[in-house]
Amino acid sequence: MTDALLSVRNLRVEFPTRRGILTAIDDVSFDIMPGEVLGVVGESGAGKSLTGAAIIGLLEPPGRIASGEILLKGQRIDNLDAESMRRIRGKRIGMVFQDPLTSLNPLYTVAQQLIETIRTHADISEAEARTRAVALLDRVGIPAAARRIDDYPHHFSGGMRQRVVIALALCAEPELVIADEPTTALDVSVQSQIIDLIKEICAERGAAVMLITHDMGVIAETADRVAVLYAGRLAEIGPVREVITAAEHPYTAGLMGSIPTLTQDNARLVQIPGAMPRLNAIPQGCAFNPRCERAFDRCFRDRPDPIDRGDGRKVACWLYDAAGVAAKEKADV
Amino acid sequence: MLAYIIRRILQSVLVMLVVALVSFALFRFVGDPINSMVGQEATIADREALREQLGLNDPFLTQFATFIGRAVQGDFGISYRLQQPVMELILSRLPATLELALVSGVLAFVFGVGFGVYTALRRNGWLSNTIMTVSLIGVSLPTFLIGVLLIWVFAVELQWLPSFGRGDTVQIGSWTTGLLTPSGRASLVLPAITLGLYQMTLIMRLVRAEMLEVLRTDYIKFARARGLSNRAVHFGHALKNTMVPVITITGLQLGSIIAFAIITETVFQWPGVGALFINSVRFVDVPVMAAYLMLIALVFVIINLIVDLLYYVVDPRLRVDRAATRH
Repeated sequence: MTDALLSVRNLRVEFPTRRGILTAIDDVSFDIMPGEVLGVVGESGAGKSLTGAAIIGLLEPPGRIASGEILLKGQRIDNLDAESMRRIRGKRIGMVFQDPLTSLNPLYTVAQQLIETIRTHADISEAEARTRAVALLDRVGIPAAARRIDDYPHHFSGGMRQRVVIALALCAEPELVIADEPTTALDVSVQSQIIDLIKEICAERGAAVMLITHDMGVIAETADRVAVLYAGRLAEIGPVREVITAAEHPYTAGLMGSIPTLTQDNARLVQIPGAMPRLNAIPQGCAFNPRCERAFDRCFRDRPDPIDRGDGRKVACWLYDAAGVAAKEKADV
Repeated sequence: MLAYIIRRILQSVLVMLVVALVSFALFRFVGDPINSMVGQEATIADREALREQLGLNDPFLTQFATFIGRAVQGDFGISYRLQQPVMELILSRLPATLELALVSGVLAFVFGVGFGVYTALRRNGWLSNTIMTVSLIGVSLPTFLIGVLLIWVFAVELQWLPSFGRGDTVQIGSWTTGLLTPSGRASLVLPAITLGLYQMTLIMRLVRAEMLEVLRTDYIKFARARGLSNRAVHFGHALKNTMVPVITITGLQLGSIIAFAIITETVFQWPGVGALFINSVRFVDVPVMAAYLMLIALVFVIINLIVDLLYYVVDPRLRVDRAATRH
């Protein structure tokens, strides 16, 4: 797929520690098409945020990209020098963080932060940047933007601050926006407003979105495709409708089963037994094998690579490997 | 804001009154000033007359009230030892001390912040490690020892700088300054370094710790994610947030620089108020001691007030009344 906006190829992120190297992201590959919304889901520690940080070049040391490539419109960006990467951040890839209360510098007004960012990426006058900033604030739904722009972050509520953060992430018109759990820290009542805003405003500008979340509901409503991460590995990726209605990987199926619905009359919510393994104790074979009800001998021996299932779906599970299924059937007989 | 300032000033007045009481009471016990004022041949009657004349026989409260009443008008009495008005004595010596304190304060602040930022940004560089190691010396060596070492190296061995005094001074109105003459500036170097070294290392370590803390925050990460240059992130966003606690400490340190000038002034025979105080202690010159203590307390109180007001300038979150009217 050469026309992808962003291509992540066999990405591997490692953290050297005193007790050996921890592999936080292990051989993850996916593409994001221009203008598309890719949802990335997984439990805490599955490597969702780290993938975002690796793409935008802000992995916290000692974390590092050990192997693999990240391509933005065919150009490698994982090995750029600091200055070239800085020019891409904000300008071509924007980022929205989880907590709007701490994302804004408390000592500068919203106007100062917006104008500074706009002028970093565009050679325009202060007055021009201010006009743009007001228009942008207005667009993200700040009432009386022309007046509120000179307020400090602490004058805004959480939801309003996240709108400001979105304005900041978008003010240089990036082609890709990485939204790292943008609603986790917000009140439930404003979560959907923020998600809708991100979706709308990015669609309007033709920006693709990588939406990192652990909320399957958000993914179902917002994303075009969804990637499921488990223990730093890609479990399944595919169009969101199909993955939700017919999950193939047992982990995805488990995740879907654990969403409460109004029509369900189960006394208890279905849950996946056990917990995700720690990074230093990932089992041999498939990382999900201790919790998988359908695991068989091969799952404990070999690690499954994502298997192309056609129509854009990939799943890393031996159940979908023809030879593997044959082996299982043979064992069952 | 105005209410806040008025409240702070009232608090300051209260602090000054307490200091006055303590210093006044304390000096009643340091010895009998009469002994050092009169000659060996003075009779008991002479002593009694002098005592009466100085008001030393009045009840404690009367003496204290008189002391306060005069102090407010800037009258701290006559020095027992030098027979000059205390205020005049102090004012003639104050420029030397203030000049020394100011220069070492500025040195400490500029180099402290500079080194602090540098060691925070280049955390594992060899130069950073060297600075951090050397700064341990500044923290742990006592001031007088540093002064003596500096004199030995730069005045005795290398003979680059004078070891004592203020050099030539120029009179501007009632202010004498050594900053305008070459020998005055040369004389200032060693005492200023001696006095400022400890404060510099303190500020440096504080700036470094705060800066490392701030660099880990989300808004710095977000500033980087927006593609701002390193310079903008480090000096625009990080340093400003670092400065809030640093301003407090630096302000308070300026007070202690003036107070601790006593030791440096003694080592370098610097003709400031600190040296005057030491001599006054030797001769139980109570009016001078009391005035000196009041002066130091006043300096601390004023600096505290300024520091609190500076907060308002730096940190918008503290401008409470403005936010309250907005919503």
